[in-house]
Amino acid sequence: MITDFIEILVKIAVALGALLGVVAYMTLAERKVSAFIQHRYGPNRVGPWGLLQPVADGLKFLFKEDIVPPHVNRVIYLLAPAAILTPALMTFAVVPFGDTLPLFGRDIRLQIADLNIGILYILALTSLGVYGIALGGWASNNKYSLLGGLRAASQMISYELAMGLSIIGVLMITGSLRLNEVVAGQQQMLWGVVPRWNVLTQPLGCLLFMVAAFAETNRAPFDLPECEQELVAGYHAEYSSMKFAMFFMAEYANMVTSSAVIVTLFFGGWHLPWLIPENATSLGYSLLKIGVFAAKTGFFLFVYLWVRWTLPRFRYDQLMRLGWKVFLPLSLANIVVTGAALAFRG
Amino acid sequence: MATALFYIFAVVAVVSAVKVVLFRNPVYSALSLVMTFFCLAGLFVLLDAYFLSAVMVIVYAGAIMILFLFVIMLLNLGRKEMMDAAVGRFRWLFVLILLGVLLAQVGFVARQAWFSGPGPSTNTALQARNTEYIGELLFTEYLFPFEVASVILTVALVGVVVLVKQEKRRLPEGDQASASD
Repeated sequence: MITDFIEILVKIAVALGALLGVVAYMTLAERKVSAFIQHRYGPNRVGPWGLLQPVADGLKFLFKEDIVPPHVNRVIYLLAPAAILTPALMTFAVVPFGDTLPLFGRDIRLQIADLNIGILYILALTSLGVYGIALGGWASNNKYSLLGGLRAASQMISYELAMGLSIIGVLMITGSLRLNEVVAGQQQMLWGVVPRWNVLTQPLGCLLFMVAAFAETNRAPFDLPECEQELVAGYHAEYSSMKFAMFFMAEYANMVTSSAVIVTLFFGGWHLPWLIPENATSLGYSLLKIGVFAAKTGFFLFVYLWVRWTLPRFRYDQLMRLGWKVFLPLSLANIVVTGAALAFRG
Repeated sequence: MATALFYIFAVVAVVSAVKVVLFRNPVYSALSLVMTFFCLAGLFVLLDAYFLSAVMVIVYAGAIMILFLFVIMLLNLGRKEMMDAAVGRFRWLFVLILLGVLLAQVGFVARQAWFSGPGPSTNTALQARNTEYIGELLFTEYLFPFEVASVILTVALVGVVVLVKQEKRRLPEGDQASASD
């Protein structure tokens, strides 16, 4: 009992540490990738290849003057960054980042919480992520912040629908809500040659989920709420230093979690099809599986950055029209077609 | 452990629910209602209704309450003016009546056979196949209420759109003639 407790605590510490470390280095990756795309150098002064830049940025945020403007609603102003960061970090608890790790004589399952409603937990936490933005915009007591925050919030709830409905196809194929079983179901071979990854059995669902995840994290071509502060003011205009940093950490944490969820649901999780034999449970193979998961998640993070610096952004009405008039019917059609196909196969 | 969790969730749920009506600021009231829904979701988990608790958070706390907040924030709904309601002098009487009703309900529930007091649930079959059971029941035995509920929601949706739709204003006659003058 007590060893179970310690095991969970260690898993939480490792996962949280890895998540926050990746979030910090995503700031550097964003600048380096954007520089590469724009044919220039990124930050390269602070440490080799700019590798200490996130440390410098973190120190800068910690030492900046923390201003709380007098006209804000103090309680909610201080609550909003926490309200957005907490769901962003919590979502990672159900993602399986490896198979099992045989250490100290026990098989440690590399997933913090194996909930039997895993997919619903992720959807629930993405719904809760809207509160931080709406409350941050409102608490700033500023018309522009309020409207910016409400626009961002309505964008997020519009794309939550498409996100949730596009996963239902995966759910029908897997027959379970547990993320472990979703990954396990993708390990069989399709026609003996290709792994049964859900991107091949549910291509439309994968595409819808990926684009909806971009919109949900306020990233890439759907970042009108963010750019608004370049134009006028956004929902975090009145925030300074660490509270502002928390809003951005939450955005990057959402990106990392969305990439991890995309990999788990559609791209086989920690599974490497032809190189790892079935039921390989030695320590080396387990570490390799963690590495495979990390590499796949890293690839999707790169796709996030790549798309951001390639595509122009959507206007707000185009964005809402896309979410309600295109994605919602398409995801419903996906459910119907998947259900019919499964019923035909008996 | 489960009993302690039950008491924590129950106390926080009751306190937040009471604060919903006691806060002067409507945004604080909405946020306490969200806290109440969270605690209810926790109570559902203790009763092995995992699917229901997740759906409670997704639908209630995650969508409906956000729309409530939108309305409160956009319309800047009232503070002091709305609090001075017309009840006024007889407020103590209504409080007593409501407390009486509440105590009667609690007494009624506590004497039922299916109430075994707070404690961990041991229904392992339900724990294992929660969503599957709900799906089976919903599409076989309770299919008709399920379809009726979806029709009701569609009616509400259509009704809202009809109510909000503005009539098209007709163009005045003779517009062409006046433009060419």
